[in-house]
Amino acid sequence: MRPPALLVLADGTEFEGEAVGSWGDRPATGEVVFNTALTGYQEILTDPSYAGQVVCFTYPHIGNYGVTDDDLESRRPAAAGLIVRELTERPSNWRAGGSLPAFLAERGIPGIAGVDTRRLTRHLRDRGALPAAFGPLALGEDAIRAAAAAAVGTDGQDLVRMVTTPEAYRVGDGPLRVVAYDFGIKATILRHLAAGAAVDVVPATTPAAEVLAATPDGVFLSNGPGDPAALGWAVDTVRSLLGEVPVFGICLGHQLLGTALGGRTYKLAFGHHGGNHPVQRLATGQVEITSQNHNYAVADVPGATVTHVNLNDGVVEGLAVPELRAFSVQHHPEAGPGPHDAGYLFEEFRALMAERSAS
Amino acid sequence: MPRRDDLHSILVIGSGPIVIGQACEFDYSGTQACRVLRAEGYRVILANSNPATIMTDPEFADRTYLEPLTPEVLEAIIERERPDAVLPTLGGQTALNLAISLHESGVLERYGVEMIGADAEAIGTAENRDRFKAAMVEIGLRVPESGFAYSVAEALAIGEEIGYPIIVRPSYILGGAGTGVADGPEELEHIAGAGIDASPVGEILVERSIAGWKEYELEVMRDRADNCVVICSIENLDPMGVHTGDSVTVAPAQTLSDVEYQRMRDAAFACIRRIGVETGGSNIQFAVNPDDGDMVVIEMNPRVSRSSALASKATGFPIAKIAARLAVGYTLDEIRNDITGETPASFEPTIDYVVVKAPRWAFEKFPGVPDVLGTRMQSVGEAMAIGRTFPEAMQKAMRSLERGRLGLNCDPAEVHSDGWDDDELVRRAAVPTPDRPFHLEAALRRGLGVERVHAATGVDPWFLDQLQAIVDERARLAGFDGPGALTRADWRRAKRLGFADAQLGWLWGCDEAAVRAARLAAGVRATMKTVDTCAAEFAARTPYHYSTYEDTDEVEPGGRPRVVILGSGPNRIGQGVEFDYCCVQASFALHDAGFDTVMVNCNPETVSTDYDTSDRLYFEPVTLENVTDVLDVEGAAGPVAGVIVGLGGQTPLKLAGSLPAELVLGTPADAIDLAEDRERWNALCHRLGIAQPPGGTATTVEDALAVAHRVGYPALIRPSYVLGGRAMEIVYDDDDLSRAMAELAGAGSLAREGGLSAERPVLIDRFLEDAVEVDVDAIRDAAGEVLIGGVMEHVEEAGVHSGDSACVIPPPTLEPAIIAEIETHTRAIADALGVVGPLNVQYAVKRYPGDGPAVHVIEANPRASRTVPFVAKATGVPLAKVAARVMAGATLAGLRDEGLLVPPSGGGHVSVKEAVLPFSRFPDADALIGPEMRSTGEVMGIDTTFGWAFAKSQAAAGSRLPASGCVFLTLADRDKAAGLEVARRFVQLGFSLAATAGTAAYLRDAGVPVAVDVGKVGRPGGGADAVALLASGKVDLVVNTPQGRGPRADGAHIRRAATRHQVACLTTVAAARAAVAGIADRASHGLAVRSLQEYHAADQLPLPEPQG
Repeated sequence: MRPPALLVLADGTEFEGEAVGSWGDRPATGEVVFNTALTGYQEILTDPSYAGQVVCFTYPHIGNYGVTDDDLESRRPAAAGLIVRELTERPSNWRAGGSLPAFLAERGIPGIAGVDTRRLTRHLRDRGALPAAFGPLALGEDAIRAAAAAAVGTDGQDLVRMVTTPEAYRVGDGPLRVVAYDFGIKATILRHLAAGAAVDVVPATTPAAEVLAATPDGVFLSNGPGDPAALGWAVDTVRSLLGEVPVFGICLGHQLLGTALGGRTYKLAFGHHGGNHPVQRLATGQVEITSQNHNYAVADVPGATVTHVNLNDGVVEGLAVPELRAFSVQHHPEAGPGPHDAGYLFEEFRALMAERSAS
Repeated sequence: MPRRDDLHSILVIGSGPIVIGQACEFDYSGTQACRVLRAEGYRVILANSNPATIMTDPEFADRTYLEPLTPEVLEAIIERERPDAVLPTLGGQTALNLAISLHESGVLERYGVEMIGADAEAIGTAENRDRFKAAMVEIGLRVPESGFAYSVAEALAIGEEIGYPIIVRPSYILGGAGTGVADGPEELEHIAGAGIDASPVGEILVERSIAGWKEYELEVMRDRADNCVVICSIENLDPMGVHTGDSVTVAPAQTLSDVEYQRMRDAAFACIRRIGVETGGSNIQFAVNPDDGDMVVIEMNPRVSRSSALASKATGFPIAKIAARLAVGYTLDEIRNDITGETPASFEPTIDYVVVKAPRWAFEKFPGVPDVLGTRMQSVGEAMAIGRTFPEAMQKAMRSLERGRLGLNCDPAEVHSDGWDDDELVRRAAVPTPDRPFHLEAALRRGLGVERVHAATGVDPWFLDQLQAIVDERARLAGFDGPGALTRADWRRAKRLGFADAQLGWLWGCDEAAVRAARLAAGVRATMKTVDTCAAEFAARTPYHYSTYEDTDEVEPGGRPRVVILGSGPNRIGQGVEFDYCCVQASFALHDAGFDTVMVNCNPETVSTDYDTSDRLYFEPVTLENVTDVLDVEGAAGPVAGVIVGLGGQTPLKLAGSLPAELVLGTPADAIDLAEDRERWNALCHRLGIAQPPGGTATTVEDALAVAHRVGYPALIRPSYVLGGRAMEIVYDDDDLSRAMAELAGAGSLAREGGLSAERPVLIDRFLEDAVEVDVDAIRDAAGEVLIGGVMEHVEEAGVHSGDSACVIPPPTLEPAIIAEIETHTRAIADALGVVGPLNVQYAVKRYPGDGPAVHVIEANPRASRTVPFVAKATGVPLAKVAARVMAGATLAGLRDEGLLVPPSGGGHVSVKEAVLPFSRFPDADALIGPEMRSTGEVMGIDTTFGWAFAKSQAAAGSRLPASGCVFLTLADRDKAAGLEVARRFVQLGFSLAATAGTAAYLRDAGVPVAVDVGKVGRPGGGADAVALLASGKVDLVVNTPQGRGPRADGAHIRRAATRHQVACLTTVAAARAAVAGIADRASHGLAVRSLQEYHAADQLPLPEPQG
């Protein structure tokens, strides 16, 4: 049987559970967010955007279909931990290369199972995302409580430097040439970009001049973790790119573009994390079900057209500045995991780049 | 796109009687549609022949036509009402087929009626397997290799080409009728022949079988702006090869990775777009090869289905309601999600619990039918359970079924397989039967391991591993001395795996109450969570709860006194939608009277489990533990006025004695016992001076023989405390009686339901042959006033179960004095029992030669009966509402002042209720009605004459009476005299007669001409045999009254052949007499349709116009 464990939120709320995954001699800490997707736990846990966060899965059985190298979103560590109701020891799926518990152990991800995750989710919904600490009782309940009290959230944190690639690399060999800024890029995004393009993935700190000197057909601003307000340096980079080259941003990339255009970012109470958010494409009125993972959002962007909105809460989901040939979305058109409804946006980026190379 | 203002009136077509494959899920969807369309301001015209439904209550539509669902009748309704549109996608296959027929015959065009929700082209593409296959291939989806055949020879040729095993699927059929798997040419020959007969277009799909693949369903919705969403994914525990309606199914899908799931989702959208379902819900089935993920599309239903009802209950997303809005022009983003109240319906529900649906079968009702499951649906109902984990939900589902099981194990029946060796057990588990989950459990408990069980059964290892967790926990729990030995952590672990207190009590040899007390003392109690469509991301406004074992619960306090209404659980023969009707009506009435209503039920098909019906809904097994949990939680949240146990049939009634007496509303538990306990009941009747057929009780064969010798044969025997005439039988001699007693005392299914004991003896009565049976529904209030709701005369004589007999209001043959006597007796019995609420009493009126008629009371049940909705519709008196109010303390006088209790609508119309039997599903069963109820549903015929009402009831039940042709008569000796008159009338009406030797001779002696002599089955000479004659299509009506019981009788062959060739078959002279009246009336007066609202408003209706 698994060792009993304790989860303590920064506001002192406690949850009992059992320890799973990988443990050292200290409690695990991070900002707790909940994700409502029914499938895609492996992609979520390996998405660099979750750096610094502990993911509470609202679906109770996690690990049913195991893990496979094909579903990794990054090779580097991402989520700081997981909270589940039930962790499946024995997976069943022809694609599975191993079990989730073994995967957690290998990748050093701590977890807590057996938790009333619905109670936790309702708490986070009402109070907002909260820092927390958790660990086996053997680490000492007081030590866990002390760690929770000291835990910090993602506000003002620059987590991009932790997850960006140290070296530039290339994927794909299509006729178009794209430079992708890696603020924590997902493998699925790269797969989409590389369909019909040679993609140079560059470290987040790569100067704009260096990128422009290579005369790419377009620049992509990736997703990534943490607070966009802490990334002034990246906003400056984006500002230098605008008007010079077609720009497409996703998630954090969207927030950086919005900020570069003079908009503001703010933190949502508990963010959007899941695969069922309705987004309306204002040009057609069509509703797309989207994959989402963000705690911050953009508002009041001068000169930009709002192209997409979230129908649940009205959050800006897409921006475009046609004269600058720049656009971005807050949600994840690449899916991985999630629905494919918004996949056309990669086509739009390709079309924008093709227009430029033709002119 | 907003609401369509060019439409003003909409015709909604219901699904007719409950049959296997089409149950009360369409009452749920139709009721939602009617409510939504009226709320949107449309004039709603409803056509449905099923009086037990909630949707046919006059308050749900502007015009309610309880008329047969035939093209002819629908045309008459359209001609009269001139609707702008017809909505056919919420009434199952019946409504869809009718709409297509009206489209093809040009009726819709002629009257300018637009089909909304689906168009004929889309329906045709989805339903025609050839076109469907071509369409799927066109969009790049795979379908199993197959070909179409219109003859057995063609089928064999296709079989040769694609290889065996092969599955045969007839086109345009319901619930898989005529479907089967063939392992070789010989089997294919047989199955293909049956399949071609079953298909209305004589077409079958011959397809490579992919038995053993994993089976999935996606519930998809689309609006006219082409927005598509998946409402729910479902994974079947049983692999391909078992009809999805007969499979244990789980939501959401458990073993698909996101990559695979999204691929399936894309395929589902491509499918709905290609088929062209413009608005509404569809259900798309997929099969996935477990070895390599290969995916094929199996089929698509372009309408709301059983699975969509399940998906709606499983997620809280009301598919039918939204589909109705989409059909009148809205898009998904314009519709609000009721549950959150803030977010739009254009999203995909996500859930944070597991749902298990388990089917319920009725094989015990059909001796001779093997209980093996296949591609043809055979279940009659289902239960759904919600838990936070699969093991919890699975155990809840098993106990919700009320098959005498407390869970997956830990009950007296868990030893069922102890006598089999390992190989035998695995072999049995490999055959899909109703007991399969228990066989899986037994194999795992024996330590045979997940791999071996998976290899033998094809059940996914994930499910087996989860069942293994239950098995392992059972072993651990068995190690405890008793409930006192468990820590809080131990309790929490056991309860989280779904173990009921009763299971633990059985394991430790103590009673359930002791387990509960120890558990509560350890601080572990049920917590109530909420079904909210969004996994708690948004606050839910709808209190739709389920129990589980977590840290906190979510029940909000409230001030109004609550009434808890216990529902009737899964549909089964004897307990169906009629009890749901009563519970729902009670909920509406009590809400209006100032109570907060709290519904407890576990049937996903019903209106009662719609979160819109009651103030709070608990989707829970109707067991003592779960009901007590609800009462505890509700009690903590506010004042509880009481519990209603008398409206949901036998299921809640059984709990009456175990619940706190002060909480049981209406008739006290002791009165229920008084009516049920034979000795006490006899004494009561004796004291009141009401005659009973002589009888007695017995628990052994010897006692039974003694009683029978005292009262004489024939004798009616029945176990106590059962519903639907379970195991009820008429015996004619000692051998018969001994055999029947042995069956009752033996290890049959009845033993599992409780068996025989001093508390549960067999009742033995003298059977009154040829008596007229009468049913009375009444309500008594606490002040002692008794309301006679309706007196119904049965068409079939006593001995046919009241649920299977046609019955009539007002009684066509009873003298006023007899009716008055029956009413007087009913009042006396109601008073003597101390009934507060509904009461049903059954009488037999026996006419002795040379003497006046004598009234005998057969039995009384102080609860709502299955005839309550029929009586309400026949008379216009809302009996269920009145009963509920009376149980909660109102008086009849008060309700009269309030205007709820209205006088019955007077003469001028006759209402006939007819039973619908499932024999076409069970071709090996004898199509004979008797004391054990076998019907799955009912229809109503209503008109100004008895003949027309009866003819309509027959047409509604699917056996249209012929206008001319040949009647084949074969009468038992005791029926010959009565049958003579009937035969004479047939001849007068222009029919020719065919008859077997004895009957023919009798008729000819009496001067009635017989055109065709029919020989004995399988014995040449004396004319064509009966089966061959029926097969030839030369017979239009069969009248066959039984000589005895059992497969040896010729009658059984005749009835089976009639079923197979779809010739109307009447098995009593009384029914034949009624049929003659119907045929005569129909010949002299044209068809006229009228709405229930008109019948209820008018005292005297004109006769229909004479024909011609």
